[in-house]
Amino acid sequence: MIRAVIVMNTQGKPRLLKFYDFQPPEKQKELIRSVFAVLSGRPDNVSNFVEADAIFGPGTRLVYKHLATLYFIFVFDNSENELAMLDLIQVFVETMDRCFKNVCELDIVFNFNKMHAIVDEIIFGGQVLETSSEQVMKAVEEISRLEKSSNSISFVPKAVSGRFGR
Amino acid sequence: MEQLKTIGRELAMGSQGGAWAGQSKEFLDLVKSIGEARSKAEEDRIILREIESLRRRIAEPDVPRRRMKDYIIRLVYAEMLGHDASFGYIHAVKMTHDDSLPLKRTGYLAVTLFLNDDHDLIILIINTIQKDLRSDNYLVVCAALTAACKLINEETIPAVLPQVVDLLAHPKETVRKKAVMTLHRFYQRSPASVSHLISNFRKRLCDSDPGVMGATLCPLFDLITEDVNSYKDLVASFASILKQVAERKLPKTYDYHQMPAPFIQIKLLKILALLGSGDKQASGQVYNVLSDLFRKCETSSNIGNAVLYECICCVSSIYPNVKLMDAAIEATSKFLKSDSHNLKYMGIDALGRLIKINPDIAEEHQLAVIDCLEDPDDTLKRKTFELLYKMTKSSNVEVIVERMIDYLISIDDNHYKADIASRCVELAEQFAPSNQWFIQTMNKVFEHAGDLVNSRVAHNLMRLIAEGFGEDDEGADSQLRSSAVDSYLRILGEPKLPSLFLQVICWVLGEYGTADGKYTAAYIIGKLCDVTEAHLCNDTVKAYAISAIMKICAFEIAAGRKVEMLPECQSFLDELSASHSTDLQQRAYELQALLCLDSQAAGNVMPLDASCEDVEIDKDLSFLINFVQQSIEKGANPYLPESERLGMSGVSNFSSPYQQEASSHSLRFEAYELPKPSSIPVIPQPFISTSTTDLVLVPDTTYYRENNQASKLIVGPEASSADAGIKLRLDGVQKKWGKPTYSSSSSITTSVEKTTNGVVAHQDGIRSHSRDTTYDSRRQQPEVSVEKQRLAASLFGASASKTEKKATMAQKAPKGNSTNAEKSSVVRSVSPGTSKDKTAPPPDLLDFGEPVPTSAPTIDPFKELEGLIEPASALGPLYNTVKTGGDKAQDLMALHMDTPPSVSRTSLSLASEGTYSTDKSSYTEKPMIAVKKGPNLQDALHKDATARQVGVTPTGNNPNLFRDLLG
Repeated sequence: MIRAVIVMNTQGKPRLLKFYDFQPPEKQKELIRSVFAVLSGRPDNVSNFVEADAIFGPGTRLVYKHLATLYFIFVFDNSENELAMLDLIQVFVETMDRCFKNVCELDIVFNFNKMHAIVDEIIFGGQVLETSSEQVMKAVEEISRLEKSSNSISFVPKAVSGRFGR
Repeated sequence: MEQLKTIGRELAMGSQGGAWAGQSKEFLDLVKSIGEARSKAEEDRIILREIESLRRRIAEPDVPRRRMKDYIIRLVYAEMLGHDASFGYIHAVKMTHDDSLPLKRTGYLAVTLFLNDDHDLIILIINTIQKDLRSDNYLVVCAALTAACKLINEETIPAVLPQVVDLLAHPKETVRKKAVMTLHRFYQRSPASVSHLISNFRKRLCDSDPGVMGATLCPLFDLITEDVNSYKDLVASFASILKQVAERKLPKTYDYHQMPAPFIQIKLLKILALLGSGDKQASGQVYNVLSDLFRKCETSSNIGNAVLYECICCVSSIYPNVKLMDAAIEATSKFLKSDSHNLKYMGIDALGRLIKINPDIAEEHQLAVIDCLEDPDDTLKRKTFELLYKMTKSSNVEVIVERMIDYLISIDDNHYKADIASRCVELAEQFAPSNQWFIQTMNKVFEHAGDLVNSRVAHNLMRLIAEGFGEDDEGADSQLRSSAVDSYLRILGEPKLPSLFLQVICWVLGEYGTADGKYTAAYIIGKLCDVTEAHLCNDTVKAYAISAIMKICAFEIAAGRKVEMLPECQSFLDELSASHSTDLQQRAYELQALLCLDSQAAGNVMPLDASCEDVEIDKDLSFLINFVQQSIEKGANPYLPESERLGMSGVSNFSSPYQQEASSHSLRFEAYELPKPSSIPVIPQPFISTSTTDLVLVPDTTYYRENNQASKLIVGPEASSADAGIKLRLDGVQKKWGKPTYSSSSSITTSVEKTTNGVVAHQDGIRSHSRDTTYDSRRQQPEVSVEKQRLAASLFGASASKTEKKATMAQKAPKGNSTNAEKSSVVRSVSPGTSKDKTAPPPDLLDFGEPVPTSAPTIDPFKELEGLIEPASALGPLYNTVKTGGDKAQDLMALHMDTPPSVSRTSLSLASEGTYSTDKSSYTEKPMIAVKKGPNLQDALHKDATARQVGVTPTGNNPNLFRDLLG
């Protein structure tokens, strides 16, 4: 099963955390720190796999992808296949890209509830649920459509959209 | 993904308009200011300020709902950055009750991120989840399922289970999929509570929607991992599903990068690998589809390789098939030759699986493997070491271990260092080509990863050096020892050595430092003193050092030479005499006492090179008879066994709970708990004023003494008065003070038992606490015993003589004076690893003329004693068939006499402590206990030969090693 989905930037700041086994905030902080320590020490052009049993317990591995300013990290145990997990990251990133059109770190920061919705459509309770980014997109879009129709109040204060509309 | 752009923060804030609509300005400002924070401290300050303001505002009455949503999201964000936002949990819970979908979803998101499944607030959500699971809006249902997955624990599963099961038939396939997975999650949480629903997984396997079918594979995989046999009937179905998937029978939407439903294929392959493992018939059904897959797999895409790799895993797991093996080998070599590190990694892993079936495959890929070893990628390197570890043979062990040690030195990740070190040790123990090499290797491992190695390894090494290496070639042994001494003296020059290694060094120097006459006693003692000064050592190392010094002094005195006290040694001794550790003090005083002895006594106290000798135990404590007689003559009460004392209960009301406790556990050694309030009124007033207060307030040590006296074997006059005190106190309260008022932990029992001899009473009571070494060795015992059980199982039928040998080890354990603790820990905790290694090869079995030097496998002596009863009786009839002659059989018999079957843990330790205190009281008792090396070795050999004859077949787990060790 997949233990955790982590997105952090290249400075080690978490951008999205999802642990499928509960971890208290202090523990999360520690995990993030040790994962970052491992990843930042790895040169480019090496494999995307790291054995993580020192961090997440015996038998765990992590697959990461370094894109722009972000690390996308999936932590899982030996019931998953490393290469397949790498592709799952790909699905995740593709979906985000469809969602935000040229996704960048800030999209992720400001929309992290949407990010969670996407992750929930791809991974459910630690198991792979959906691997087609089209399907995931459809589901996410449907959610936002229904959300809008059920509550038509705009959550964006005028001032903000004005400020960013420049 | 090129689409992910790196954009300067400031620029982005200005240009990316509208992309993150939905958040408030304040949240954007918060994120922005955190993004601009220059230091961790500044970031923390901003977050803390934010949390403070949220705490204030969230508590305001009538916060608008959408505002609240914003607050909750900010709290989630704060908690993601590692700050506590627990004050907002309740608001998140409230939000899940909201009717509006966005708010409800936000509420659910927040609670799944905030709460653990046993959090108190969960109970407030369950009702909402129940309601939402029945909702008409499938998105609400999905949100509720996601929450249920995360928040429902074993206790609350029944509350939502019916609804989840109903959802398995929901018209929407997304909901069915999620319901299956929720059920799977429940199964992971608590298999028992959903066990009656497992058939649903099989049913859903035939779901009309392939997605739901795919989802069912996850729970089925878990179920099959646990119980392969009940799912064998599904092999054909799985194989046909896999075939259909591979033939693109699924809708196009399941394609991923031109591969048909690769994730489903991978899951199916994993399942088939489990089902086909070791099952020829099941495997036969899979062969066809596997060879199809090998042909069809795209090797250009990542996911294609993932499926291919899974095929290799499957092939290596199921019943071997030549054609498929060839295909797998070909695919593996493609992986290994690839430029991609990922594929190389998979290749190495695949190779590791394949060599289990056919070890020759590795040779073809030697160069590729070596390349991976040189690779800068750490993950790949580790994976390669894992492969090397799997393919180690006695022919390549030197190269591989050397590589491993080099790598060990180069890394500084402690976790992995420990891992590599233990592998080095394991390989060296298994395949060592020569003993010289073994010692050198161990030294290196200790030097670089000493504190990370299991202390068992150190004991193995000491044992190995002490026992020599199999052949009865004393010359070779002593040569080896002196080379060990040389190397350790050299290594002592190193600036920083791990404590465990220092212990080994001290022990070896003490035992063999002066043995070959190359170094003078003064030189070695000086070195030992240096050890304690130059290295920051803990008490254990100091204890080892002082014992080593004591041994050398004893050897010198025994040899008739005068021991001069070096000034540094004297100061070391002074330091220890004033140490807080009573153990160290004890050792220091013992050394001082030893220095006053004449040569013969010293030789008896510390016989030369006797660390492996058996110590015989006078379990009847016959040496105390005089003492007892004298006491009785002086008017002491004679000893009454517990049973008889209980018999007197009618007279003196001894049958109090305390006494019964005492008879079942032999001793109390913990202070009584404060009487429970309810029982206080029952105690008659007068007694409280006298003894009960005493009981409550006495400090530990006093209590120890009192209690010891109460149950002394030789009851002294003062003891009986103490008894009387207890007896009085117990009148009328016996029913109220049941067992729970005190507890016992048997590990300390022994140490208290010591005092019963009354010789070293008061000191020992305390000393027991600080005998680190003894406790160390105890702590390892459970671990050893597991391995032992395995060994025992493999040696089925050999249990009789094994236990017998072990019994001798048990006798051996409580050996000498103060080195007692140290040596016994060496002896007791040696792993079966070496003992396995040490067992001679089967050909020697019939070779009785020539005694085969084998060491007794040393495993937890106590355990073995318990099991002694049966083997002993089983052995009985066999004696008649022994042809070698009466003397050997008698030998064997004698051994059983030595350790009667009924010896239990406590009584054994009592006996051993008995000898211990004899040492203290008079050294002349010693000869009876310690045996000289010569004859004893002979004995051991005889025993061994006899044991073999009686039907022991040492199943050599490592035939290779035997060849190496024994030629």
